Amino acid sequence: MSDFREQIEAAIPALRRYARALTRDTDAADDIVQDTLVRALRSEHLFHGGDVRAWLYTILTNLNRNRLRTLSRRPVLMPIKDSDAATGGPESGGRDIGRALDDLAEEPRTALLLVVLEGLTYREVAEVQGVPIGTVMSRLARARMQIRSYLDGERPALRRVK
Amino acid sequence: MIDRDSLVTEDELHAYVDGELPPGRRSAVETWLATHPDDAAAVASWRKQGELIQARYGGVADEATPDRLSVARLACRRRNGWIAVAAAAALVAFIGGGTAGWFAHGAAAAGPSDLKRYTAEALDAYRLYVVEVRHPVEVPGDERPHLTQWLSKRVGSPVRIPELEKMGLKLVGGRLLPGPTGPTAFFMYETPSGERFTLYCGQTKDQPTALRYIAGQRNSAYYWVDNNLFYVLTGPAEQDKLHAIAQAAYDQIDVRLPPQGG
Repeated sequence: MSDFREQIEAAIPALRRYARALTRDTDAADDIVQDTLVRALRSEHLFHGGDVRAWLYTILTNLNRNRLRTLSRRPVLMPIKDSDAATGGPESGGRDIGRALDDLAEEPRTALLLVVLEGLTYREVAEVQGVPIGTVMSRLARARMQIRSYLDGERPALRRVK
Repeated sequence: MIDRDSLVTEDELHAYVDGELPPGRRSAVETWLATHPDDAAAVASWRKQGELIQARYGGVADEATPDRLSVARLACRRRNGWIAVAAAAALVAFIGGGTAGWFAHGAAAAGPSDLKRYTAEALDAYRLYVVEVRHPVEVPGDERPHLTQWLSKRVGSPVRIPELEKMGLKLVGGRLLPGPTGPTAFFMYETPSGERFTLYCGQTKDQPTALRYIAGQRNSAYYWVDNNLFYVLTGPAEQDKLHAIAQAAYDQIDVRLPPQGG
């Protein structure tokens, strides 16, 4: 197996983890990972060395953004999110980290998960999101501030109507 | 006068939590936190958030990877895809005459036709999965509503799974495949004697067509476009039977679909 494919293979567990936290839906997460792998394999001829992992995160992040757009256009097909009770989270009314992530806008959530869950450096996140590091910092700060007020039990600001 | 080295920014607090602080600033930040309880509380909260996220999702990376995400398998599909495209090109050249004329017409009217690529991929998928004994499908046929909903969602358009019981065909099930222009639904049917037929279906911008026939040596296909979806019904190369099945599928799908929600 080529070096390129080995690097892709090695990244799959982390991609599944990232996708699961992004979507909170096991099937949707693996669908995105599958699409990511198919796209990466199609571009194998363009690969001339370098960091495959960061590139895979970029593809997955973009596919998730496309997916959110599709979902927002077609609310009928909105998948059922994993239930907090089923995954061992607190009962309804509790302060649950999954729900806190759900309430974030897509860009701060992506930045936070790439740093905290996937261990990417700020510079790598900036490349994945295609923005300057300063923007990554402000997204990270926004995500952490919002989750903190949620976990501390403050009434969350009304941000999004779902 | 303010000592610049002792001022700590919020960015530095994040960098401290994430291990991105330059080594020379670490003690300055720690000194700062010792005398600024609000910032210390924020840092503690951010660390706690990281722990909660890790505790909740970190374990996913330890789960066994499902078969459908195997690189060898996805890469194998790619390689076979090339062979199939070459085979289909040869096939089209061989059939020549009217069919080639029709393809040329499609190309002139609407740019490169997706259909050529779709039929090639469909024949490829048929050959790949029809020999599978244990795992021919991802979702079994007795979960028809789930299959319909899932693949409609992935294909991006309502997909109908024809009822072909009257033709002696039982739905084995379906799976999702990467198609030339996006996710594609793939359904497999089986006769009591184990003959298999597959229906391949995905989005296209091509104009609607009637049933068209493409013959191979060991298997052949009928294909058509309806309502922005193309369909390729593939089976053993026995034209009369295949035509009857394709016609039945075509008639069921031809019923006007209700408008999409949203």
